[in-house]
Amino acid sequence: MTDVSRENAGPDLRAQGLRLAYDDRIVVDDLDLAIPPGRITAVVGANACGKSTLLRALARLLAPKAGTVLLDGRSVHSIPTRTLAQQLGILPQAPVAPEGLTVIDLVGRGRSPHQTWWRQWSGTDEEAVHEALRATDMTDLAHRAVDELSGGQRQRAWIAMAVAQGTPVMLLDEPTTYLDLAHQIDVLDLITDLNRHQGRTVVMVLHDLNQACRYADHVVAMKAGRIAGEGPPAEVITAAMVEDVFGLRCVVGEDPVSGTPMVVPMGRHHEGTDDPATVPIG
Amino acid sequence: MTTQLAPDRAPFRLPTPPISGILRPRLLTVCLTLALTTFLAFCVETSVGDIPIPLTDVMKALAGTGDPGTELIVHELRLPRALAGLLVGIAFGVSGALLQTVTLNPLASPDMIGITQGAGTAVVAGIVLGWDGGLGTQALGLIGALTTGLLVYALAWKRGTTGYRIVLVGVGVAWICTSATDYLMARGQRFQAQAALGWLVGNLNGRTWDQIGPLALTMALLIPAALLLGRQMRVLQLGDDVARGLGTRVQLVRVAVLLVSVGLVAFGTATAGPVAFVALAAPQVAQRLCGTAHPPPVAAGLTGAVMVLGSDLIARKLVPGTELPVGIVTGVLGAPVLLWLLVRANRAGSGG
Amino acid sequence: MGTSAVRAAKRPRAVLLLALSCAALLALCALSMAYGALGVPLDQVWHTLLGDAPSRRIDTVIWSVRLPRTALGLATGAALGLSGALMQALTRNPLADPGILGVSAGAAFAVVLSVGVLGLGSVYGYIWFAFGGALAASVLVYLLGGLGRSGSTPVKLALAGVAVTSVLFSLTSAVALTDPDALNRYRFWSAGSLAGQDEGVLLRVLPFLGVGAVLALACAPSLNRLALGDDVAKSLGLRLGLIRIQGVIAVTLLTGGAVAVIGPVVFVGLVVPHIARVLTQSAGIGPDYRWLLPLSAILAPCLLLAADIAGRLLARPVEIQAGVLVAFVGGPFFIALVRRRRLAEL
Repeated sequence: MTDVSRENAGPDLRAQGLRLAYDDRIVVDDLDLAIPPGRITAVVGANACGKSTLLRALARLLAPKAGTVLLDGRSVHSIPTRTLAQQLGILPQAPVAPEGLTVIDLVGRGRSPHQTWWRQWSGTDEEAVHEALRATDMTDLAHRAVDELSGGQRQRAWIAMAVAQGTPVMLLDEPTTYLDLAHQIDVLDLITDLNRHQGRTVVMVLHDLNQACRYADHVVAMKAGRIAGEGPPAEVITAAMVEDVFGLRCVVGEDPVSGTPMVVPMGRHHEGTDDPATVPIG
Repeated sequence: MTTQLAPDRAPFRLPTPPISGILRPRLLTVCLTLALTTFLAFCVETSVGDIPIPLTDVMKALAGTGDPGTELIVHELRLPRALAGLLVGIAFGVSGALLQTVTLNPLASPDMIGITQGAGTAVVAGIVLGWDGGLGTQALGLIGALTTGLLVYALAWKRGTTGYRIVLVGVGVAWICTSATDYLMARGQRFQAQAALGWLVGNLNGRTWDQIGPLALTMALLIPAALLLGRQMRVLQLGDDVARGLGTRVQLVRVAVLLVSVGLVAFGTATAGPVAFVALAAPQVAQRLCGTAHPPPVAAGLTGAVMVLGSDLIARKLVPGTELPVGIVTGVLGAPVLLWLLVRANRAGSGG
Repeated sequence: MGTSAVRAAKRPRAVLLLALSCAALLALCALSMAYGALGVPLDQVWHTLLGDAPSRRIDTVIWSVRLPRTALGLATGAALGLSGALMQALTRNPLADPGILGVSAGAAFAVVLSVGVLGLGSVYGYIWFAFGGALAASVLVYLLGGLGRSGSTPVKLALAGVAVTSVLFSLTSAVALTDPDALNRYRFWSAGSLAGQDEGVLLRVLPFLGVGAVLALACAPSLNRLALGDDVAKSLGLRLGLIRIQGVIAVTLLTGGAVAVIGPVVFVGLVVPHIARVLTQSAGIGPDYRWLLPLSAILAPCLLLAADIAGRLLARPVEIQAGVLVAFVGGPFFIALVRRRRLAEL
């Protein structure tokens, strides 16, 4: 785990001895994880390794069969729902908006943990919504219906909602799916902004290893419900680790733009050189 | 730089006390128009009948300055009937709006999930089998509706409920109740079947003050509850996971909404019988009139009131010499309105 | 295991499943012939069918009452099961029963009209009216559901069906309330019964049921493609408009014919396909309509006959209508199904 020396690093989120199961099928067993506060953590792994399940457990959407999730030392199950929602927000996979709901209404719903029945639209709420729309480049689309947008635009609307929620900890399940490359980078840059300028702790499940290496301070690699390795990207993402976790042979080089590890996969049609040592790509 | 909120809404904010919210002009306009229409329908309802009484005389009777004969008719016949129509319409409209929002299904209506069928079975059992233990049809209907509502919820509960499961279980229970009713109707005597059918279609004939009392009381409690739950319900529309992430206690809100919805429809059915189609159509009509993404409870209630009062007027005047039950007209009137709105919505591109 | 080996392994299991269901059906038919107000032992039933009846009375009972009744249960049950499975596939909606096309509401209205307005008293007369009413209603629903931009989608079809059903129900009640004879005819028809029909009725309706069944079974391979979604189905070469019309015609003929004779027992068409799906799932066959349709067609009459037999025995000598008992057996079963598994999003 990286050495956290930033002041006011944010809430401390950790899992201890977590066992998660759907009915009788155990997905995650005896997992310990400490999310570094004030950092961006990426959770990677093959399909069905338990990444989304872990995220849902951290967000209190799934009750663990054993073990606990602690936020600032308190079990999340003992924190009142509303208070928790002001500290920790989750954006699940593939959310569905009701027909006819406009983008600005959707983003507005993100403010509901801060609203009461008499204070339904305070100045802070309005500012947060406008700011979220601006940050996700959705201002022009604010009055369109969510279900009429393209996949990428819809995803950005949902991210705007998560941003408007204004929580110090954000959990994002595959936030870049459906986005084209430019918008993927946009979203990841936005998340980085939220982390660097607002000090938000981010935990996101990502499929793209190279993006994980580039944007995350801390990478957690999962395999079959257990943590296969965690740490800074340079330490965790090695050819051996990738082969172990994904069953994929690869060459790990250095990203020429950011200097972080870059995974170049090998397949049946592209075997690469005989030497599997890290080779800088120039 | 701030984005202008859409032209169709305006935030308002009071500095002290810290009250704020968003006003939607279109929703407000529609609600006001509906309220006005309801009021007019109510007035006409009190003055129309076998003995037409001009509106001014109705006012005098209410104020106590009219002649005793008119006063009697207005107080004992017209006013209870009109009031019953108003309250029942509101109750069904709001109940349907709540159920459709919480089950995320525009086809869901309290008519479909067994509650009104349960009331029907109880009442028909009372008529045909004499199982009434001295209770009137109103109490029987209430017991039937509430029991069925509880049964549906209990059967749908399996570590929590989903809207989908509630609808499915409700459909199954509705089927059982309908078959039981059909059996009793076939088994009874002709005159019993006649009386039963008269109740089963929804009827405002002969409503009295002591039938309206319980309904009014219940609505005074449940309608404000429905309005308070509105905000939470709308968050629930985004899906259980997102709603939980936003701090909504999903199971609790769903149970509360269901209780309110069932309560409203149970008392409404007990008073006027299962008035067809109102709980399904009124919220959908209101939603399309107001242009919102969910059936708005207030507008739905007012639409329901207009539907019921309007239908009762037509029902009374259509066939000279007899008074048709209101439930017959609501079905015939409501359906084309719904279809027209569906077709219009599709043409404009907002989908069915 | 290669794919062809897997497919080959499925077929014997599917055939076994069908064979078992047929056996159950035959057993129920035998019971239906034997039980009733007059109990007839099975060997005597067999002899009577072969032309060697032990007594005149038994001969009459078997040939004039039990056989037509059983045959009616068989034919209408199969029709309802087939049309239910077809309807759910066409609308991709597990809640669809054949009645949502307005078929039973149309039949009900016609029944009530035939007595109330036209004063028809004969048994034959009102059945043809019921059939005509059913056809007219479903045509209306189909047309209305197709209005607007995107043509007929499942949701619009369902909503149009609900709307038309409500209107028809209101009109039916209106006539029934004003004409006691109409009410009388309607309430007996409405409970749904296999009793009181003679063999002529079934023979006249059978051609329609036959055509409907052939059309329905012919749809089966296309239904498998339809289940994958409109876009994928089209790319696999399916003509959507054609299959929808074919399906609707089949459903209308099958349901209209059945409902006209035995009353609105359409819920059989909702529950049985779900049961069939659970069975094929457990047998490892998966949701293949080439097996689901025949299986539904066999299981539905099982349910109907079982309800009819129970109705004859439960409250002797009074009979409880099959339509009522089907609800009390099928309803709890359906609810149990809903609780145990996620019912198929087709």
